[in-house]
Amino acid sequence: MPGLWRKIRKTGRVAEPAPARVPAEVPAAAAELAGSIQIRHVDAGSCNGCEVEIGSVFGPVYDGERYGVRLVASPRHADALLVTGPVTRNMEVALRRTFEAVSEPRLVVALGDCARGCGVFAGAYGVVGAVGDVVPVDVEVAGCPPEPTAIVAALRGLTGR
Amino acid sequence: MSLVGWLFAAALALCALAAIGGLVWPRSWVAGAGTVAAGLAAATAGVASVVGSRWSAWLPDVLPLAGVRLSIDPLAGLFMAVTGGVSVCVAVYGIGYARTPGHRLDSRGVQAAVPLFVGAMVLVPAAASVSTLLLAWELMALTSLLLVLAEHRRRAEVGRAGLWYAVMTHLGFAAILAGLALFAAGAAGESFDQLRAAELPPGLRNAVFVVTLAGFTSKAGIVPLHVWLPRAHPEAPSHVSALMSAAMVNMGCYGIVRVGLDLLGGGPAWWWLVVLAAGALSALYGILQAVVTSDLKRLLAYSTTENMGLVLVGVGAAGFFAASRAPALAGLALTAALLHVVNHAGFKTLLFLAAGSVLRATGARDLDALGGLRARMPHTTVLFAIGALCASALPPGNAFVSEWLLLQSLIRVSPLSGVAGAVTMPLAVAVIALSAGLAVATFVKAFGVGFLARPRGVGAERATESPPSMLAGMGLAAVACLALAVVPALALPAVGSAAAVAFPQTPPGLVSGAVTLALAGVRGVLSPLLIAGSLVVALVAVLGTVRLLAARRARRVARLWDCGAGPMSARMEYTATSFAEPLQRVFDDVLAPETDVDVTPARESAYLVERVAFHARVPDRVERRLYAPLLAAVDGVGRSVRGLANGSVHRYLAYGFYALIGMLVVLAVLR
Amino acid sequence: MITPVQVAVQITVQIVLVVAGAPLLTGMMRQVRARLEGRAGAGVLQPWRDLRKLARKEPITPQGTGWVFRLAPLVAAATVLVVAAVVPLTGTTSPLAGVGDLFAVVALLALGSVALALGGLDTGTAFGGMGASREMTVLALVEPTILMSIFALSVRVGSTNLGAIVTRTAEDPLDVVSPVSLFAAAALAIVTIAETGRIPMDNPATHLELTMIHEAMVLEYAGPDLALIEWASAARLGVLLGLLASLFAPWGIAGVGAGLAAVALAALILVIKVAVLGALLAAGEVFMAKLRLFRVPELLAGSFLMALLAVSASFFLG
Repeated sequence: MPGLWRKIRKTGRVAEPAPARVPAEVPAAAAELAGSIQIRHVDAGSCNGCEVEIGSVFGPVYDGERYGVRLVASPRHADALLVTGPVTRNMEVALRRTFEAVSEPRLVVALGDCARGCGVFAGAYGVVGAVGDVVPVDVEVAGCPPEPTAIVAALRGLTGR
Repeated sequence: MSLVGWLFAAALALCALAAIGGLVWPRSWVAGAGTVAAGLAAATAGVASVVGSRWSAWLPDVLPLAGVRLSIDPLAGLFMAVTGGVSVCVAVYGIGYARTPGHRLDSRGVQAAVPLFVGAMVLVPAAASVSTLLLAWELMALTSLLLVLAEHRRRAEVGRAGLWYAVMTHLGFAAILAGLALFAAGAAGESFDQLRAAELPPGLRNAVFVVTLAGFTSKAGIVPLHVWLPRAHPEAPSHVSALMSAAMVNMGCYGIVRVGLDLLGGGPAWWWLVVLAAGALSALYGILQAVVTSDLKRLLAYSTTENMGLVLVGVGAAGFFAASRAPALAGLALTAALLHVVNHAGFKTLLFLAAGSVLRATGARDLDALGGLRARMPHTTVLFAIGALCASALPPGNAFVSEWLLLQSLIRVSPLSGVAGAVTMPLAVAVIALSAGLAVATFVKAFGVGFLARPRGVGAERATESPPSMLAGMGLAAVACLALAVVPALALPAVGSAAAVAFPQTPPGLVSGAVTLALAGVRGVLSPLLIAGSLVVALVAVLGTVRLLAARRARRVARLWDCGAGPMSARMEYTATSFAEPLQRVFDDVLAPETDVDVTPARESAYLVERVAFHARVPDRVERRLYAPLLAAVDGVGRSVRGLANGSVHRYLAYGFYALIGMLVVLAVLR
Repeated sequence: MITPVQVAVQITVQIVLVVAGAPLLTGMMRQVRARLEGRAGAGVLQPWRDLRKLARKEPITPQGTGWVFRLAPLVAAATVLVVAAVVPLTGTTSPLAGVGDLFAVVALLALGSVALALGGLDTGTAFGGMGASREMTVLALVEPTILMSIFALSVRVGSTNLGAIVTRTAEDPLDVVSPVSLFAAAALAIVTIAETGRIPMDNPATHLELTMIHEAMVLEYAGPDLALIEWASAARLGVLLGLLASLFAPWGIAGVGAGLAAVALAALILVIKVAVLGALLAAGEVFMAKLRLFRVPELLAGSFLMALLAVSASFFLG
């Protein structure tokens, strides 16, 4: 325990200073949420590249939580779905049901090129389509995988902080 | 004859009339109405005697040799009032319940036995001599045995349960008989007045107490003499279970208080430490078995063992305090114990009746096959919820008040009163605390798994609400529970004057106050009414705030969150077994659950599995360890002496001859 | 003598403190954790933002649930509210002294847990049942420790009345370092952690259903219902920490017949004490991992032992 305490003292703050917020249009649903977004992450068929980046968004360096964003366990607790990957056949119904489980007002963030337009998986036999083909998408984040800064910028666009 | 006497006589007469009516005209409302009237008369007689009017009578001509001696003092009155109250609820309920199709509860035998049983239970506390008490006691045992066996043609288990009950209750009767006979012989008289006045040598007093204690605890379902309870209660018709569990087991406690505190006038501290230890053991063992069982009525039966254990903790503490010269504490502990008797009678009646409604509607007692009754039996669900709240000793329930009083009496033990008290009372508090915690888990399980969510079996799916008379019976019990919970001052004076019978030196006004219960001499106060009131106010405030701040969107009905997979089936729900699994694991060493995994491999290869069977059960360990060897030994003896009786008349005559010779020789040597 | 005005003032102050302060306490604790983990943190006000948002969202009734599910969050919140009014947080006389004592407080908090457990069972999902079962297991095992600690504390005073216990400690500050107080404080601290579902008993920030206790019961709640539950669990933590502070460190608490200024000062001191306790708890959580569920009983058995020692000490050390 003293070792851990020394490590905490020595390391200090890891989080990078928050970059200036890019002024962007906040979706109407997000404006109502006023600075607090709980996210349920749905992997609709991703290669897990995006998941690694999401992991670092909520790690100490980027610290997504400081903008009022938090990952939660149940879609009932969530305001937004963070969907990665092209929607596979096995996940189509699950994604739709998860979306229905979220209480209004609700948002969907399509994260990564696969989620936006199926990426390299376009036309594959197991793929239904992009996230937008299954549930209405409010925000898209480009990249394969998108950088944490891009994800943070998109999430800040939702919380307005 | 005073008012109490007239009411008491009316109660007995009405019981007899109802029994005859049931025999002659087996319609359920005939015996039901008679029993309701008898119960009302008995309850009124009890209340009247508690208020202060006493009555006693000697009827020398009714029985040969001894005659019948009757006397109703406040202690007897309290138990009579409880029995009367329970009988009213049960009789109202029974009118509808007896018509359950396929159960044949409207037969002549059952219709006549219920009022007789009630009459016997009214008679027991009124008995004022050894012979009268024993007679009433045996009548109570026989009528209840008949009722336990009511459905023996439908299920084989009923017969076995009845056998256990008959044997246990008669062993208990034999113990009481032996103990009281010793007492009467020592006192040279059998009326209670003579017994009270007798000066016995200490050895005889000890023997009388220990032997009668064994008999009375077997009736009260105290460990290790509880084994008949979890067998007889599930197999008896539910209104009979309610009568037995809410009224009959109380007589065991009555007997201990009457004989130990009143007739023997208290005793050395070790008597009462034995009582307290037996009570604590029963409380803990009973609730541990209740929390792991998934049979609803068995669960309630074990809960009876728990609650009677708590009562005995109070009685034991009272005797102990009296022995260590702390009359105020003794009075408080006995008041708490007797109040718990009243409260337990209220909620246990309600719970057993509700369990009966569930059994009638679903045909199932197994919680793992129930569920989803909230929508199908809404009234029963609410009523069971009230009973469960009371039974789990949470505010605003009635058991909370009596357990609070019990704890208050225990924690005020003075360290100066000796090491025994300083060691025992903290342990007793710990046992009560653990059993209260486990009782919460037990009744959350019983209500949450049995009534909420979706049905787990076909029976629960087809359930329909009970007829009005059954609901009315339960409703009466629920109203009584709530009244006792919110205004315990209704019952406290009665309980106090009953306790004063055992402790005449108790200072009056130990527990006072109409709304706020104040204890004499300390700042320990509790106001159940204010707690309930402030909870309601807080609920309204919270609801108002939510309406005011958050009523922007309409409520939406959505599918259950099934993780996006297919619809949730009933098999995915938590069952009673799974609910209790963590606790079962924690108390693994005590409960010793048995699991049995049976893997059948396929013929082609040992690595391919064709079928896996899994059995898990939690046996009653006392029964397994104590009774199984005993029964085996008795069985062995029976087998080995079979050769003696081969049917030859000559042989039997020779046995008689040798026995006579032997006895004569013994007498010749001794005299 | 205590006047009705003072009672009213004290109740109002306590309720306002708990209602407004509990989410801030949670925010503060999250902030402490974030800083110790090298993060910046969302700010102390974030729980209030979360509650505001949840209040604006649409409430959801899952199919097949009924009045038990609807009632559970209300009961959970109402019990905490009553407890907040009953316990002596700002003054030695508990404002509603006639309502109940320490036993009643414990039982009321248990009632809140029971309501949520039934709400979880009413959904009929595996997670709801799992959370309810675990919560009830912990509740059953915590009960002996709590009652034994109450016993130990009440022996010196001869009463379980909260005000009496607090007054006694306030008048005799050396009592705080007596073995009785130390053992009882340690036992009650462990109990507080268990009752409020913090590490190492339960992890309030977990996303893994199989390791959840409290969160698993409330997975189906959304919108205002969830807001009530989140507020209630924050307020529960706040009230219990405040109670610990009043029982074992009653310095600065307003005495009988104190004026408005004293109550205000006591409120301020209470806020500081609870904040310090909360920060300590949050810092402790950084150094610890959650225990396996079946190791939790061992910890609770340890706390029971400490409570038993406290009782023995109160009897034999005087």
